[in-house]
Amino acid sequence: MSQTTSAPPRRSRRDLLGGLRRRLSGMPRWAQFLLMVAIALLCYVLPLLEPPIISTPGTDFGGVLFTVSVYVLVAVGLNIVVGYAGLLDLGYVGFYAIGAYTVGVLTAQHATWPWLLSLPVALVVTMVSGVLLGWPTLRVRGDYLAIVTLGFGEIVRLTLINSEWLGAARGIRPIPSPPSLPLFEVPHLDWSTGVPLVDFSDTTTFIEFGVTDPIPFYWLALTLIILVLLADKRIKDSRVGRAWEATREDEDAAELMGVPTFRFKLLAFAIGAFVGGIAGSLFATRQTFINPESFTLLISILFLSAVVVGGQGNRWGAVIGAVVVAYLPERFRGFEQWRVLVFGLALMLLAIYRPQGLLPPRRTVRAQRMEAETEALEVGEEPEDAVIAAGGPTPDDAAPTDEGSSRG
Amino acid sequence: MAETVQQPTPVTTGDTLLSLDDVTLKFGGVTALNGVSFHIDRGEILGLIGPNGAGKTTAFNVVTGIYRPTSGGVTFDGEQITGLKRYRIAKRGIARTFQNIRLFRAMTALENVMVGADARHTTGPISALLGLPRHRREEAAGRELALELLDFVGVGGRADELAGNLSYGDQRRLEIARAMATQPKLLCLDEPAAGFNPSEKQALMELIRKIRDRGLTVLLIEHDMRLVMGVVDRVVVLEFGTKIADASPTEVQNDPAVIAAYLGVAEDEVVTDE
Amino acid sequence: MAFQYVLDQFVSLFVGGLVFGSVYALIALGYTMVYGVLQLINFAHSEVFMFGTFATVWALWLVGADATTAGVALVASLAVAMLIAMITSGGVALLLERVAYRPLLNRGAPRLIALISAIGASFVLSELMGLRGALASALGVDDVLGRYVARSRENLGLPTDRTFTVQFEVLGYGVTNKDIIIVLAALLMMIAADQFIRRTRLGRGIRAVAQDPESASLMGVNSTRVIQLTFLIGGLLAGAAATLYMLQVGLTRYNAGFLLGVKAFTAAVLGGIGNLRGALVGGLVLGVAESLGSGLFGSEWRHVVAFVLLVVILLFRPTGLLGESLGKARA
Repeated sequence: MSQTTSAPPRRSRRDLLGGLRRRLSGMPRWAQFLLMVAIALLCYVLPLLEPPIISTPGTDFGGVLFTVSVYVLVAVGLNIVVGYAGLLDLGYVGFYAIGAYTVGVLTAQHATWPWLLSLPVALVVTMVSGVLLGWPTLRVRGDYLAIVTLGFGEIVRLTLINSEWLGAARGIRPIPSPPSLPLFEVPHLDWSTGVPLVDFSDTTTFIEFGVTDPIPFYWLALTLIILVLLADKRIKDSRVGRAWEATREDEDAAELMGVPTFRFKLLAFAIGAFVGGIAGSLFATRQTFINPESFTLLISILFLSAVVVGGQGNRWGAVIGAVVVAYLPERFRGFEQWRVLVFGLALMLLAIYRPQGLLPPRRTVRAQRMEAETEALEVGEEPEDAVIAAGGPTPDDAAPTDEGSSRG
Repeated sequence: MAETVQQPTPVTTGDTLLSLDDVTLKFGGVTALNGVSFHIDRGEILGLIGPNGAGKTTAFNVVTGIYRPTSGGVTFDGEQITGLKRYRIAKRGIARTFQNIRLFRAMTALENVMVGADARHTTGPISALLGLPRHRREEAAGRELALELLDFVGVGGRADELAGNLSYGDQRRLEIARAMATQPKLLCLDEPAAGFNPSEKQALMELIRKIRDRGLTVLLIEHDMRLVMGVVDRVVVLEFGTKIADASPTEVQNDPAVIAAYLGVAEDEVVTDE
Repeated sequence: MAFQYVLDQFVSLFVGGLVFGSVYALIALGYTMVYGVLQLINFAHSEVFMFGTFATVWALWLVGADATTAGVALVASLAVAMLIAMITSGGVALLLERVAYRPLLNRGAPRLIALISAIGASFVLSELMGLRGALASALGVDDVLGRYVARSRENLGLPTDRTFTVQFEVLGYGVTNKDIIIVLAALLMMIAADQFIRRTRLGRGIRAVAQDPESASLMGVNSTRVIQLTFLIGGLLAGAAATLYMLQVGLTRYNAGFLLGVKAFTAAVLGGIGNLRGALVGGLVLGVAESLGSGLFGSEWRHVVAFVLLVVILLFRPTGLLGESLGKARA
């Protein structure tokens, strides 16, 4: 009778992304899988569709998408270090640079290896550099780690500038492309008349890595993102991921539960560096030239912002954060001189109004939901008491809330 | 209220599991432990009691490798463990809980216990990545053990809740489950009943007996002397970093030095039994 | 060869290092105090400093100082410039606390988020300076402000003459009065700050909050006031550092704060963050090491030397040279 109490209040307000996820996780597994595949496919054809509004006026949409995908890759890698293992790394750009420069040195500066051959070497080198940096510094805690990694990033950049062997300030060129396998031409859409028309005069070759058309590079990057995300999921859901999170939550307790925390932190560093190296190698081959300008501390901070904006600890949050950080400035290039100002303001506003990031990890969501429910219970207590007093349900019926044992 | 009936059968098989030999620990000028020696037999429940600041938790910290003794050594299961890394000591088979709860608050209850279970696992990132059968077996076994332990301590229904959101009592019990998941030989409980009401305390002591029945040896720090007496086989009493008694509960209760320590009699009036 | 050079030039390299080091130390104090009280890397502190450098130049313009100003007039105009720079930086620091940190603290945000807010604020402040021309013309006041907003993305130079006569000979090397002024002024400021924290009631409040915010507030310390005060003192010192820096370097730019900020923070960590005297020691050690290092390896390696030094010291002394202790300020 007294069931007039409506659905929990204040549930629906503002949390669009969270609501979307709740609906997603409610879907059956196969539907989720199909949805993922559909989204992936959409991502692949996005540069061909060149949809209005989303497309970037003035700059090549494919190129922008490539940049965005490099950021996504970096953010996913950095999320392992910062989000999972809780290690604040302000010098991540160093690994990105090492990846790019190893490719540069092997393919152009001191040898003429093909890109594909230089890639694995670059990844090994970045991973080793991650271990070499981590070995001494991961014993240092918290904010010191931040400043030491910041120092590392700067050391890498200044070394690049000052070392003739690495091309100094001029950098390295020309870095070759990955091997092409031209099979067929894919037409783009043309929206200039307001309706989408297939434009056969504007095509992308599947699959030819050239200077003029960045779309195949984007496809390559997207493929790598998917692989990295899959790997990330597997590792995160294993003993390794749990060890990272336990270390982040309470290092001493983790150690006493048998987690070799140092080893796992080092592993996070190495894996993070590895992913950063992939991103750097991709960047180098697409760009065809690299110089120290592309590896400033500002870039490190942009990377970190991507992770935090998205919601550290959640791989999809990192993806979204990277898209926001890399795409929005490209989309609004018309306001170029105001970009950094707006970006700074956005960071501040975000920190104040959505500190857990755009897409926080599920644990945060869950914690908030719990809090909301507890709150609702507390709010709902009084009317309930009133009902009891009015001779409604007996106290025995109301009792098994089993929340009673929690002491204030 | 606590039952003062003693456990009739101290399981003294004579097989020593852990022994501290003349352990001294100094912080600067302060001596936290002064030549402390005691041992635990396999299958025993040993109570470690003493007034605040007597060095109980410090002794725990020496056993679990947080502190390295200034002199003396710790032998576990026939081997020296002094100076071993903390996680190695955990893997040797010593697990503990904390006086002030230290759970991984942003992880679920199940994940917390699985971290403990992982101490016995060996697969790394590569096998996780490739989904090797051995890795899957370990994951499944770890999950099963964790769920079983959650049930055992009575937090079974809350496996998917965040540890930080559990009630205080559940957090304490979850810590025990997490420690047990490392499959230790020796379980060290640091004031597990702190903040409990009398009936919760009784339930906990019951749980501790059940833990021993599973074949674990238990080292128990507890402030409430009466409570300890009901469950332990033997009691070691510390005061100011020195052992002042090591005997059965009844004997200890009648020991003038212990009574003095607990009643706060001035030191010169205390007659030590040596 | 390079080694011989360092030996020959040891005194001038050392003095040059001390000069830069004392500027680092002054800025480092701001980082270290905020860190001591809030456990927060105040990333935007570098912009507080940068505003001070601009204030210095503008103040000199206002009082009409130029390359011909000399003697008492020069000293007086520099003193006025420093005062204005200190007020400006102090104001910016207070504003920063109000806009970028307090809203977060009230919400109990995690520390990393506060750092992100600080990074955002840093971008905003430096861009506001870099866009002052565009902003002025958008508001239609660019004619009124004239040279104050002209060429806002470019270097701005000190109008006064910076070439002082050599005053002293030390072991056959010249040390200018400018060097001495900078080092002495920085030392005086730091002693004043140190005494303030140690001797006054407000200073005790800062130490109390640094040690244990909760009990401090239980004991009736107004933590908001203490935090404001911390930012203010840091800002004032950064403003002073800005004038001294301009005296030495002569040029500034909307993004000049960044490198100085990183160096100063390095200095703070080097000495032991949260420790006031550590900031002094860290700053001087960093300055001298940088200077000697650039003599040894070439000036292009100057910054590398600084960072390598940081990494090495942290490896052997993970809490910095003097350890962390604003709360436990050694008396």
